[in-house]
Amino acid sequence: MELIMAVGIGIVTACAVYLLLRGRTFSMVLGLSMLSTAGNLFIFSMGRLRPGASPIVAAGAESYADPVPQALVLTAIVIGFGMTGFIMALAVRIHHQTGSDHVDGLDPVLERRPEHGP
Amino acid sequence: MTHLPAVPIIVPALAAALLLILHRAPIVMKRAIGIGATVTFGIAVLAIFAEARSGAPLVYRLGNWPSPFGIVLVADRLSAFMLLLTASLALAVLLYAVQGWDARGKLFHPLFLFQVMGLNGAFLTGDLFNLFVFFEILLIASYGLAMEGLEVERLRATLHYAAINIAASSIFLIAVSLLYGVTGTLNMAHLAERVAEVRAEDVGLVRAGGLLLLGVFAVKAAVFPLYFWLPAAYSHALAPVAALFAIMTKVGVYAIIRVTTLIFTGGEDAVMELTAPWLLPVALTTLTLGTLGALGAQRLATMTAYLTIASVGMILTGVATGGSKGLAAALYYLAHSTLVIAVLFLVGDLLRRGRGATGDQLHPGPPLRHAAPLGLAFLFAGSTVAGIPPSSGFLGKLIILQSTMNGLSVVLIWTVILVTSVLTLAACSRAGSIVLWNYVEPDQPTHDRPPRTGEWIALAGLAGCSMGLVIFAAPVTQYADEVGTQLTSRESYIEAVLGSGSGDFVRPYAKGKVTP
Repeated sequence: MELIMAVGIGIVTACAVYLLLRGRTFSMVLGLSMLSTAGNLFIFSMGRLRPGASPIVAAGAESYADPVPQALVLTAIVIGFGMTGFIMALAVRIHHQTGSDHVDGLDPVLERRPEHGP
Repeated sequence: MTHLPAVPIIVPALAAALLLILHRAPIVMKRAIGIGATVTFGIAVLAIFAEARSGAPLVYRLGNWPSPFGIVLVADRLSAFMLLLTASLALAVLLYAVQGWDARGKLFHPLFLFQVMGLNGAFLTGDLFNLFVFFEILLIASYGLAMEGLEVERLRATLHYAAINIAASSIFLIAVSLLYGVTGTLNMAHLAERVAEVRAEDVGLVRAGGLLLLGVFAVKAAVFPLYFWLPAAYSHALAPVAALFAIMTKVGVYAIIRVTTLIFTGGEDAVMELTAPWLLPVALTTLTLGTLGALGAQRLATMTAYLTIASVGMILTGVATGGSKGLAAALYYLAHSTLVIAVLFLVGDLLRRGRGATGDQLHPGPPLRHAAPLGLAFLFAGSTVAGIPPSSGFLGKLIILQSTMNGLSVVLIWTVILVTSVLTLAACSRAGSIVLWNYVEPDQPTHDRPPRTGEWIALAGLAGCSMGLVIFAAPVTQYADEVGTQLTSRESYIEAVLGSGSGDFVRPYAKGKVTP
């Protein structure tokens, strides 16, 4: 299970970095969202993976899971979600104002197209 | 237990929430609430400063949980100093903003207070994850402030700024959880103890976590090679917002100082000496590139933004030389540079408004209105930032030069600092002579607002603080020395937070105590 988790987080992070480096705001937002997901999974796994263990003291419990990362990951999810929502709204707004979804607000492909007229 | 350390966080938070509820209220009322809240927490900061001066850090345990379990706020001398700087800057900038800028956006006042709350929290917290939360608060408020006005250029700059900071925040989380995974604590004082006694096979993980953390702080502080987001974001923001942002890079510097002096400090085992080989070359490169950027800037605001980067390089040079002397020198320069960069942003705004359509671009425009007072203000700001005696810049650079005297790389540091000072002077002279003396007759009359008395008062306040650093140089440098001494002897911080005897607890997945 540890191996699957570790490889999974690695793949998600790699995809996130690839998407972040793209020139379109949509891919960038997806990349940021995936990066924060990878971060959240990482926090969660830092409490070690213990299926079925109770995070708070219970009568007769054999083993316990670390409750702190579970609390941290909740905070991180909320903040990450808020930030993603914000940047998505910002990207949409820029698209409306400039007509381009390039991160620089200019479309390099369209810019190079020859102008109409003489 | 006194509740004093919580006041600088709670007052702006409550006032900002109130302002959100009253977002349809007349602007006069919003201004009154904003200034009232800033003055109130400013008074609390003065009280904290007076308490922390004696030496024992003020510790505030949220919910009164015993120390490694709950979140703590710690106001030691460094925190108190940063709080005082934030409060002074916030008050001056707010005075400037209420002369008209704040009417541009509906949410200026709540965002401003949330930003100040995030800054105060970041300076006060003694918990690594809590530091992340306060960073996010000040960042989300700063995104809102940076795009105030909603021009396309500003939105685009904000997009880049937000994207790099959100990515950095994810890395912050990974770094914090990596440190938690190895040491089992988030409390900085407790981390300091745990990191020192970590098992040999985990040292690599702790180093990785620590370096990731420093990388994130380097993004916030705009250190080479991670500063490329700053010039666009700062130069496109509204003037009072940019002036408040003068302290944002210093939060990154503060975090670097806090983490390197408290957690990853060398001591006997140099294993944890993470930054020593990196900090000085990076600081000098930042200083050089920032100055070159200022020299090549096409706009006054861009020049000031690059000077912000250069100032971070200068402060980190002081930090990198290490020891209490270097830290004290860095701290003096930090206060000086924050104030003078805010002054430069505000003076640049007044100059821009006097030049009509040419704005703050560095090419000849229409003749400047109110040239004499504006010219004097720019002369003051330019000579201070370049370090002409008797300004605080001169004294700050002198103290940093003195603190590096005994190091090995003294020739390199002195050369870089002195050459960049001359280049800064050249950049300011170039900008000043183009803006003030070099003009063409205007095609159409200009209609922008002339400088108002309130704006002059705000500027005079900031300039007065900057001159106060020179006039009261003896007590200020003495205080900075005390901060340096406190930072280099971290036992008092750890003792104040953890007390004696606490700090042992068992993690569920580890048999017995974690330490070997």
